[in-house]
Amino acid sequence: MSIVNETNKLSSRKLRDGMIKSRKTRIGDLLIAFICLILMLLCLLPMLHVLASSLSSADALVKNEVFIWPKGWNIDAYQTVLTTEKYVRSLGWTAILTLICTLLSISLTVCAAYPLIYTNLKGGRFINFIMLFTMYFSAGTIPYYLLLSRLGMLNTPYALIFPNCISVFNVIIMRSFFFGVPDSLREAGEIDGASPIRILVQIYLPLSLPVIATLSLFYAVGRWNGFSDALMYLKKSESEKYWPIQLLLYNVIKNSTQTNEQAAQEGFFANGVSKTIQMATVMFATVPILLVYPWLQRYFVSGVTIGAVKG
Amino acid sequence: MGTERSDLTSIAPKKTSGINRHMGFSWKTYLKRYWTLYLLLVIPIAFFIIFRYTPMSYILLAFKKNNILIPPWKVEWARNNGFQWFLKAFKDQDFIIALKNTIFLNLLDLVIGMPMPIMMALLLNELAYPKYKRITQTVLYLPHFLSWVIISSITLRLFATNDGIINKLLGTSIPFVGNPNNWRGTYIFLGIWKECGWNTIIYLAALTSISPELYEAAEVDGAGRMRKIWHVTLPGIRSTIIVLLIMNLGHILGSEFDRPFTLSNPQVTEASKTISIYVYEKGINGQQYSLTTAVGLFQSVICVFFLLMSNALAKKFGERGIW
Repeated sequence: MSIVNETNKLSSRKLRDGMIKSRKTRIGDLLIAFICLILMLLCLLPMLHVLASSLSSADALVKNEVFIWPKGWNIDAYQTVLTTEKYVRSLGWTAILTLICTLLSISLTVCAAYPLIYTNLKGGRFINFIMLFTMYFSAGTIPYYLLLSRLGMLNTPYALIFPNCISVFNVIIMRSFFFGVPDSLREAGEIDGASPIRILVQIYLPLSLPVIATLSLFYAVGRWNGFSDALMYLKKSESEKYWPIQLLLYNVIKNSTQTNEQAAQEGFFANGVSKTIQMATVMFATVPILLVYPWLQRYFVSGVTIGAVKG
Repeated sequence: MGTERSDLTSIAPKKTSGINRHMGFSWKTYLKRYWTLYLLLVIPIAFFIIFRYTPMSYILLAFKKNNILIPPWKVEWARNNGFQWFLKAFKDQDFIIALKNTIFLNLLDLVIGMPMPIMMALLLNELAYPKYKRITQTVLYLPHFLSWVIISSITLRLFATNDGIINKLLGTSIPFVGNPNNWRGTYIFLGIWKECGWNTIIYLAALTSISPELYEAAEVDGAGRMRKIWHVTLPGIRSTIIVLLIMNLGHILGSEFDRPFTLSNPQVTEASKTISIYVYEKGINGQQYSLTTAVGLFQSVICVFFLLMSNALAKKFGERGIW
């Protein structure tokens, strides 16, 4: 299907370029380009503001002089974050956690999706059903919480790893992609006497790198940005060392707004310092993802499309 | 696209494969050949049984006394034939507020938030410069990758009443997040800001499957840009719009947690408290497990009901629906 789409796109582009455009159309094109520019700015400016704030002096921040250009350039906030044990540990832990979860999730997703393309697999339909059913009906927050409590996973890092390690949605995307691999390849492998596992490793996985990259991105972003599970399952203070960066950031900001008035009475300076540090932490918490996703854009666009069509 | 969608609807797509050609069927050869496939499925199935189906046994608690020290099936039944907690929830003013807020915010999301990505996709589709279009798309996808914690921390700075940048630029002091009605507006706006660009992906994909001949024909007939959008593009993505509408209607009582929770502040709880937050506060913090399990069950059942209803409705109007 995608090849047809590509040619459609190409021919429509050729068509558009080949035709002599009327003046009205050309003005329209420019107007559309201008609207898109505004939309882009709308998405970028908040991030630029955070970047500028994190690089500004505390004083300038308190006086509200920073918009998208830093005032009183310095990288003190970054130094502070990188030398504060709490932040460094949380960032490192979140990175490790994200790595573990992504590897685990992607392997299990392949394990769940691959057998289902053997449509004659006995019980395959049933297994498919028990997966899909959970997409439409879930037990709810409290039953999950009670289960984890019974399993003794509350306040342990396992609560962040296992409960959401397979997403049915991603299994569907993976399965659809596997279905797109020509059957003839698999049959050739079967004739040569290759076992299903060998066919998976030598034929399917090498062909599926784009979708593996996409789903890894989805899982990694989900874990890196994950907040509510940590909030609910890591309540005890001794589990604070397992707090991912999002939860830490939430608590830092909540505490700083609560103590805002107090800080105001004590003098603006302290408050301003904490704001630049907050903004530096926000940068640390977003930059890893923002560096990765543009390179995978080509792949995730097709991943989302499969998922939405199949979902 | 049409043919692809039809096989999503059946649970196991029908495809012939190698095994079909075996003349007879013998479990021995079958298992000898394919036991590894079952091996692959062991951990995923264990996952679904432990983490998705076992929790369902705790749903029983919704009809039982609030006791989690013994397994739910051994607990005594709750009063009113087991419906004590459902009745209690509907008498609880906090729950009624949470229910209203959830529905209201989701409706606003549906009415205001759903057309936005469609319009943005149409806009991107009309963008005549391919390279510029690619860059625009990359930038518009950016907010999707930010977490709500990050967005709320940025929002609190930008939209602050007295010293926020937005108010400073406008020269006003509007409490964007400080009073319930404005907070709702900000909530909806931020939702659109985060997901609008991302949600264009699916519409843009649908747009590429519209035959260019239709545009040519429309041009020959003298149709301008707007007429082409109205008569060719929109009908071309109608079925996609309907599928997404069904999904959204199915979630009318579903509630996100991160978004209202992180954006909320003490001044606006009457607008920001949704069912998910109610469950978190009463259940996990307040240990009223039976009550909140009942609320969760109510929510899940209504979700399934709405999904079935809207799907049936779509089919009645001659659309394909989602299964």
